[in-house]
Amino acid sequence: MKRTFVDLHICVDFRDRRQVSRMMGKASKLGYRLVGFAFPPNSSNEDIENVRSICAEAKVDLVSRVDLKPRKPKELIYDLRRLRRRFEVICVCCESKDVARQAAKDRRVDLLNFSAVDLRRRFFDRAEAELASNSLASLEVDVKSLLTSEGVARIRLLSALRRETATAREFHVPIVVSSGVSEEGLMRRPRELAALASLFGLDEVASVEAVSANPLKIVRRNREKLGPRFVAPGIRVIREGKDC
Amino acid sequence: MKRVKRRYLALEVEVDGAVDSKGLMDAVWGSILKLYGEYGASLAGLSLIEYDAAKKLAVLRTSNASVNMVRTALASMTRIADRSAAVHVLTVSGTIKALRKKLEL
Repeated sequence: MKRTFVDLHICVDFRDRRQVSRMMGKASKLGYRLVGFAFPPNSSNEDIENVRSICAEAKVDLVSRVDLKPRKPKELIYDLRRLRRRFEVICVCCESKDVARQAAKDRRVDLLNFSAVDLRRRFFDRAEAELASNSLASLEVDVKSLLTSEGVARIRLLSALRRETATAREFHVPIVVSSGVSEEGLMRRPRELAALASLFGLDEVASVEAVSANPLKIVRRNREKLGPRFVAPGIRVIREGKDC
Repeated sequence: MKRVKRRYLALEVEVDGAVDSKGLMDAVWGSILKLYGEYGASLAGLSLIEYDAAKKLAVLRTSNASVNMVRTALASMTRIADRSAAVHVLTVSGTIKALRKKLEL
């Protein structure tokens, strides 16, 4: 069976229809079937549907995603309560240790993302991995920072990523590799993203899963939960009517 | 002596304007050197087989053991001859004949 490739992180201003159309066309040409589009938290359902129609024209399936940047754990809990049922994927950009810990243990969080610029703000250690392994959170790595940095900055980033991916694998935390780009020139084919993942220690199988099976699992799980037939994990409505 | 197995990579070069083969290869070597150093680059056995500047298609030859390394270096390229660029691997094959067949499909 043909593998389904997913890029869960494309950041373009959704109001710029031309740029959105170009990016989605390029994603389709590069071989992606599902594309995660980062919407601002206050975007309306109409905005999402507009982007969905552009994606349908480009023959890619849109995954609505929101990137949360809370300053305190309480703020994160409030945002999750407000936004969980509106977006298919929720990513938390952890800017403090408290937020990182709360995000890792909350089952409503799908992805944990850390700063690629300030490496002291990468809080994915063994404690974080253990919390994430007991919930549903995955570690997201954006390759944009690898493409745009060079020299010592890239060396340090690779070193941090290698350490984090090793910890994630030790605790069976899924790893998702995304592009995280906002311009066409930095978009790469899925196999190229997987090749870049080998730079921080993922083997061939793990790196291909990081751009296909792992993100796909998140999307399927959340779509099922957001669907009208979902009751509880493992329970869903199969048929409705008088004869039931 | 054991025969060295080779792989041929068909590449699509995305760049604004025209780039000659020297510019392309300088960028490829530069990227491999940056990521893997001189020792890594020496293992790649890299050479440009053909380059169509009009279609922006190229064929590179490398050793079988270094295919992943070359793929990574190509994916990390963002500039060719001081212009924004991206290089995509279209297909990989063991012979040029099979590579051409795959590209025709």
